[in-house]
Amino acid sequence: MAETALARPGRATRRVRVVTSAVIVTAVALAVLVVPPLAQLDQQAVDLANKLDPPSLAHPFGTDDVGRDLLLRCVYGLRVSLLVGLVAALTATVIGTAIGALAGAFGGWTDRIVMRVVDALSSIPHLLLGIFIVAMFRPGVWPVIVSVALTHWISTARIVRSEVLSLRSRPFIDAAVSGGASRTRVVVRHLLPGVLPQAGLAAVLMVPHAMWHESALSFLGLGLPAHQASLGNLVQSARGSLLAGDWWPTLFPGLFLIIPTLALAGLAGAWRDRINPRRKSELML
Amino acid sequence: MLELTGITAGYDRRDPVVRDVSLRVAAGEAVGLLGPSGCGKSTLAKVAALLHRPDAGTMTLDGTVIRGWRHRAPRERRTAVGVVFQQPRLSADPRLSLRELIAQPLRSTGRRRDVPERVAELAPLVGLSEELLERRPHAVSDGQLQRACLARALVLEPRLLICDEMTAMLDASTTAALVAVVERYRAASGASLLAVGHDRVLLERWCDRTVRWGEPSNGSERPAVG
Repeated sequence: MAETALARPGRATRRVRVVTSAVIVTAVALAVLVVPPLAQLDQQAVDLANKLDPPSLAHPFGTDDVGRDLLLRCVYGLRVSLLVGLVAALTATVIGTAIGALAGAFGGWTDRIVMRVVDALSSIPHLLLGIFIVAMFRPGVWPVIVSVALTHWISTARIVRSEVLSLRSRPFIDAAVSGGASRTRVVVRHLLPGVLPQAGLAAVLMVPHAMWHESALSFLGLGLPAHQASLGNLVQSARGSLLAGDWWPTLFPGLFLIIPTLALAGLAGAWRDRINPRRKSELML
Repeated sequence: MLELTGITAGYDRRDPVVRDVSLRVAAGEAVGLLGPSGCGKSTLAKVAALLHRPDAGTMTLDGTVIRGWRHRAPRERRTAVGVVFQQPRLSADPRLSLRELIAQPLRSTGRRRDVPERVAELAPLVGLSEELLERRPHAVSDGQLQRACLARALVLEPRLLICDEMTAMLDASTTAALVAVVERYRAASGASLLAVGHDRVLLERWCDRTVRWGEPSNGSERPAVG
């Protein structure tokens, strides 16, 4: 996990960054949603006569080692990676919010036990834990989602717990208790709405992170099945040709992973600056 | 009505804020509890409002010995005591409009149908216009927010009202208005009042009798040692 703390840039720089990020994210969303149904092209079409063609007008990103068009493969790959990233981040956020709210709202022994489990889990490198989880299943989309979700709820749980703890001691919670509100009502009506902005932010920040994990797992051969285009798989299968000097099958999927995730992180960072204006903007991947 | 005997309470068992305090509020009586800031009055008020479990001592409410506080107290017992806190900003959920703020206790106790009627009754009583009712706490003044908090405390018609420094953040005219609202409610319902504060002049005028923190008063009562 690389943590890059950047000095807070000026207003104009920030605006440029947000606008660029928004444009990239919109373009990516359009490409991923619109191209596959409209293009009617077979991303699996093998063309052995044109294998490993360098970028050209017919194939802007070139072709891979069995002659498949890399631009199309990248778009499909990004689609799968984004889907995995979104679903995994949402699942992790739901798990983390539930556990954090439980620990914070009940306090006492519940809190102590839950937080010790969280500490224990966070002492294991989460990629290692993720590898362990996917290794128990056949390769596929769902094991990857489960693995990423189960290893990424921890920070959300910590954030939500501390927010709930700070809200719990406010007099308005006392007022609700005095007005006859049940435990559930206090949590659902008064505590959770207060932590949702933070949890939502954590979810968006987690999407790029989860995409990188999907790619890492696929790159290690443990993630998605090899025929399914995902960004990690594309990079993985291009390793051989890179050594032979064919750079395009590695470069383009790599850029497809890096640029959209940076753009997403940029947007999430801008949102965080709005919620927590005092915190320095930092990118967590 | 309310009887606190030998109450010791605080946030750290080894160093309680309130030590061995006794206090009695008879049915229909208004008692003022006076004391300097930080002496534990608010903690005692929270114990009496069933919001803070004391470390020792007994409390009876309406002749019943209290065995559970907060969610361990039955809902009907919690709602028999209405509370107004010192800081309206902190005691109002920032996401709710003033109308919803006043309606919360009705919704919590399954009396959703009574919301329009009760809010329409209480809002003019505490001096809130229709337009103010739609605003959220950040868009009203402390005084307006405290009016809504008083309405919230009265909406379930409590038999005991606890005002913990209710007027400490308010100007003189709002103070007078809110005290008048409380007195009108007490005259109509016969409810008891425990008013906590450090404004001796106000509490002596407002209440049937005042008890000073740290000084033994009439006979059986020993309001404080610590």
